[in-house]
Formats: sequence, structure tokens, C-alpha cells
Amino acid sequence: MTFWLKGIGFRRGKEILLHPLDLELRPGVPNVLLGAAGAGKTTLLRLMAGLEVPSEGRILSGASDLTGVPVRRRSVAMVYQQFINYPSMTVFENIASPLRVAGQGEARIRERVREIAEVLRLTPLLARMPSELSGGQQQRTALARALAREADLLLLDEPLANLDYKLREELREELGQVFARQRTTVVYATTEPMEALQLGGVATVLDAGRLLQTGEVAQVFSRPSSLAAARAFSDPPINVLPAVWRGASRLLHLATGTTLPGPHALASRLGDQELSIQVGIRPQQLGLAPKGAGGFALEGIVELAEISGSDTYVHVRHGEHLLVAQVPGVHRLPLESRCTLHADAAGLFGFAADGQPLFAPDR
Amino acid sequence: MARIEFIDVAHTYANGTPAADSDWALQPMTMTWDDGGAYALLGPSGCGKSTLLNIISGLVKPTRGRILFDGRDVTHAPPELRNIAQVFQFPVIYDSLSVRGNLEFPLRNRGWKTAEARRRAEQIAQLLELTADLDRPARGLGADMKQKISLGRGLVRTDVAAVLFDEPLTVIDPHLKWLLRRKLKQIHQELKLSLIYVTHDQTEAMTFADRVVVMSHGRVVQEATPEELFERPAHRFVGYFIGSPGMNFIPAQWREGSAWVGDVPITTQSRADPDAADIAVGVRPERLEARTAAGPNSVPARVLAVRDLGTHAMCTLDVDGARVRARLPDVADAAALTHLFIPPERSALYAVEWRLP
Repeated sequence: MTFWLKGIGFRRGKEILLHPLDLELRPGVPNVLLGAAGAGKTTLLRLMAGLEVPSEGRILSGASDLTGVPVRRRSVAMVYQQFINYPSMTVFENIASPLRVAGQGEARIRERVREIAEVLRLTPLLARMPSELSGGQQQRTALARALAREADLLLLDEPLANLDYKLREELREELGQVFARQRTTVVYATTEPMEALQLGGVATVLDAGRLLQTGEVAQVFSRPSSLAAARAFSDPPINVLPAVWRGASRLLHLATGTTLPGPHALASRLGDQELSIQVGIRPQQLGLAPKGAGGFALEGIVELAEISGSDTYVHVRHGEHLLVAQVPGVHRLPLESRCTLHADAAGLFGFAADGQPLFAPDR
Repeated sequence: MARIEFIDVAHTYANGTPAADSDWALQPMTMTWDDGGAYALLGPSGCGKSTLLNIISGLVKPTRGRILFDGRDVTHAPPELRNIAQVFQFPVIYDSLSVRGNLEFPLRNRGWKTAEARRRAEQIAQLLELTADLDRPARGLGADMKQKISLGRGLVRTDVAAVLFDEPLTVIDPHLKWLLRRKLKQIHQELKLSLIYVTHDQTEAMTFADRVVVMSHGRVVQEATPEELFERPAHRFVGYFIGSPGMNFIPAQWREGSAWVGDVPITTQSRADPDAADIAVGVRPERLEARTAAGPNSVPARVLAVRDLGTHAMCTLDVDGARVRARLPDVADAAALTHLFIPPERSALYAVEWRLP
């Protein structure tokens, strides 16, 4: 079932927790809300659940207006960071509980529980008690119970945040596919850009209570609608360097001393004028090896080489700027050693002083 | 600071000697850690790292084997005679003292002169960027600050054999973690202390340590530099646990002096003949390359799923019935591929669990 938020906003006293926004939420793809703590994700989830009444705007679904309908009269399931299961019930009974409440027949319950357990790889654990499960298994049980309900709306608030990284890695990949097979509309809140990309679907970027951008997730990532959206959707953070575009010479002068041929998009748009802009370089676009034609180098001093997953985050002091490069593989660079980062002029983002996008890399 | 030697050290919490290897909480291990080294003990919960940590600090007496600090047998020495400083997951400080008082406390306790204790506490405060806060009361400081003071208390003594860190960054704000990781590395370089860092977090271990000891099910499965763990995992658990996603293990058969995946002979770095029928080709997702035709070391592959991760594509494939992950430069590579190339210099054979030389 598709849900529409029309001009939904929320205030508590004078504080604006959510500025009015419009959003369409469809079944069949995860609808991912991405933003840092305080961005408004949980507020939005609570409004959709009916736990809060919006200060303005309407929530619509099909022909019905859900705006004032309380949570107990909505068809909604929720999963939180903390795993919540019935401690005195087996995994089977935990998953079956919403079906029993709905008064379904025994045969139908058994069939539905087996089906969901298969999807979430809980089949061998159905006879266990929650206390006999690992954290990941407990959270899978909570997810299975939420899915079993077949509610119109499933809301997940950072459901993987408390799991260790191997489980997170495995569940992120599976959940995108699990959600795609449900008729439930799934809304999934996360602080992690990589989680949004791994889940796939539609991403909505929130920042300080405002909706910055919404669209197909890889598209939002590669075409941020503003510098703020690029910052919110980048982990490690996108590198930003001030620069001046000199239209007459068609050159881009980075504040740290590098001069580059300006992108064509800029030349055709700005002509001969001179303009201060901000250049964004994604950490994945900075490497330790020269990039060939169009490549340029940024010299600096290593602050730390952080090894995360299969990548190394190299933090480099470049003049007064701190840059971070995400380099595939494990590289150990001594603290305070000299380091040259390589980038490709074709891999740059450009933003105007007000944050509006000027150019972006081809995909 | 001391060199630490483990000679056939093992531990069980049950009575009597275990019948099977798997009954040990810590399976027999022999290992030497150099004086002044930065070591990490890495593994999931229940892997035995806390048992090993407690054996070092003296809280647990091993069921068998000996432990030496600089050649001196400390197997039976109680914790207070081992000269080990420890930093725990949560801050352990005196709320009634100032930051300075907390840092000086371990020194005054051991009879340091006031002026010397003061000088040393100030040196540590400077390293941890606590100088401006030295005279503030510890009470009321945030968890991040309190944990920095705990770190300082662990590092302040000059006479310790080693400093043990047990998941020390748990309470630190995620955005500040990299700064503290940097601090700890810097402090290790400047103070040349023997530091032992216990964690389940591979980022912490791989970023901090010169050498990482990976543990699984009570067993040390590899002790190596972070690069070696990534490039040449000695055991399948290391291949899985280090890296995200972990290493692929593609089941293979051994015949005519070569490993075969389906009808394709595979050359890897391994030269030895396997001593078991259960063999697999180990290769990391980022090392596989997309191919559009058959060729040497290229196995037929069928794409099951592709995820566009913005700067690269993560691909799930079927190779001879096995599920394989490949990190490819672009979604277009995944759409066109028919084969995956396994680079011989970036792959190895694993017999049952262990890498073949």
C-alpha cells in the first residue's frame, strides 16, 4: 500500500523537529531515511506510526486519511535498535504471536511462520528460547515477528545498530531482498550511508529536521542536490576544498594551490565570469596511485591510517585542510609521514557558495 | 616494559584435563610478544581473548603451561606482583579527585616524589590533550573525558611490564573514535610501552596494532601484521573475519597435481599438495576480475544479484554451485560478465581450514 505524506511537519513548543515535507512511500522497495542523530528520522517514524500527531499536514493511504488515527487502529509493525521478544516464548511462538492475536487458523500460522523463518534463516532455531540466541538471532526473530503480521506499514528504526559488524554486513545484504518480496511498505531509518546503499531502494536524506533529497538511492548518492545532501550521504565525510573558477582561462584554482582544467559543464554555464565555489571530492575518489590523464596530486602529512573492513581510511593533513581517502586493501602508513593523494579532475563535484550543485562526475 | 612469553599455555574452566581440543577455553599456545610492541587480541565474544587477558594480568592461573615476563616465570604470581596496568571498557576514576589527582594517583601510591609525579602526570596530560582540564574535578565530566583520564591512568606508570586495554573505546562517541585511535598510536610511538589491546572490533585491532592475534573458539588461529591477515589469511576464519565482505572460499577438487573448480584448473600462490580432500580456493571479493570469455584461471560465473554501492558494485554470483562475492568497478561489468578471473598471485588453496603454503 502506498502512503503519502503531504506537508507533514512537527513542532514541540517552539522547537521545530520536522519542517513541513512531502514524501511518497511505496511497497516493494525499502524506503530508507538517512540522516545523522537529530535529523528527524525517529520523529518521522513516530508520526507515521500514529504515536505522535503532526502539527501540520496529512498522512494519506489509498482513499483514507490516517492523520488523526491512533496507533492501535493502524496496521503498523515496528522494530527498534533493542531486540524485543517475548522471553517466555519459543522463537516459533514469538513469530506466531501477531497471527494468533489476529485469530488465524493453526495451519495458516504454521505455514506463515515456516515461510518467514526460512527467509530470515531461523528454521533450525524455531524451538529455542530467546535467551538461547545470539544478538543477531534475537533481532532476526524480532524482524520475523514484524514481517509475519503483514501490516500495511513496517517501520524500522536503526534495527542493526546494536549488532556486531559481521552480522550487520550479512543482514544488510539480505534485508534489501527480503523487503522487496513483501507487500508491506517498509520504512527503514539509518545513520549509515553504506547501509542505505546496501539496502538499495529509495533514499530520503534528512538533515536537522529538513528533507534534503529523495530518489533512487544510487542516484541520490551520485547526484546530490546540494552540498548539505552530499555531506549527509558520505561516510567517511566528503572532502570539501574552496576553489575559484576563472572563466576567462577556463581554469579551476583550488585554494590549496592546485590548478585544474575546469569541467565543461562549468564553462558552458558560467562563461567568462569568475566565481568562488566549493569542490567536493569523495573519499573513494582519492587514491595512493597516480590516476593518469586528468589526474592531479594533493600533498600532505598522514594523521592516521584507519583500517575498516576491506578498506583503509587515510586521514591526511593538506595545508589547513584535513582530507580523508578511502583506499581498497590494507595499507599501513606511519603517523606524520609524507603522503601524496591522487585524484582525477573528472571525479570532482562542484557546489556554488549557497551549496547548489554546479557539476558532478559522469557515471 | 617486558617481553612476554607463553610456553604451552592452556586453560579450562572445567575440572580435569579436557579430552578434546574444543573443550579448552584456551587451547595450548606458545608465543612471544616483543618488548615495546603494540599487540591486539581480536575475536568474537567467546573466542578466549578474555581468558588470555586474565592469564596475563594474573586473575586466571592457566591449567597448564608457563608465562614469562622478561624471562621471569610469573605463572603463579598474583596480579599485584605482575606490574600490569589495565584500562577497562568503562571509565574507572575517582570522582572526588581532580583530573590531575587521578593521573598522579597510581604514582603516589607507589611512593613517587610529589614533583616527579606532577611532571609525569603533566606529560601524559599533554599527550592526551588534557592539559587545560588538569585542575577540573573529575565529577561531572562527560564519558569521553572520563575514559581519556582512565587511559591516562593506565599509561602514567613507567615501571609496568605492559598496559592492557580491554575494549577501551566502547563509550567513545563514534565520531571521536578516530582521534583517540590516533592518540593511542602516537602515545605508543612516543612512550614505547608494551601495549595489549583486546577487542572484537577489527577496525580497532587493525588500526592500532603492529601485530594482531586472531582468536576463534579458544584457539589462536593467526598472529601477524594487519597486511598479512588481509592478504594471506592462515585460516579460513581469518579470511572470513577480516575484510568486509570476507574472503570467498570456492570448493575445489584435487587431481592431476592441480586444483580444479569445475573443469578449470586453478593456479594459486600455494605450492604444497593438499593432505585432505576438502579443499577450497580462497580469494577476496576485491581481487576477482570480470571476464567476458573463458581463459586461464577464469571460472564460469552466473550473476545472482548486483548492488550499486555508488563508487563500485557488489556482486553475488554462482560459481560451480558456490555463492561468491565480487567487488567490481561498475554495475556494467557485472551485467556483461560470463567468467571470473582468479589472480594466481592473490589467491591460495585451503585444505579443510588452513592455508597451504
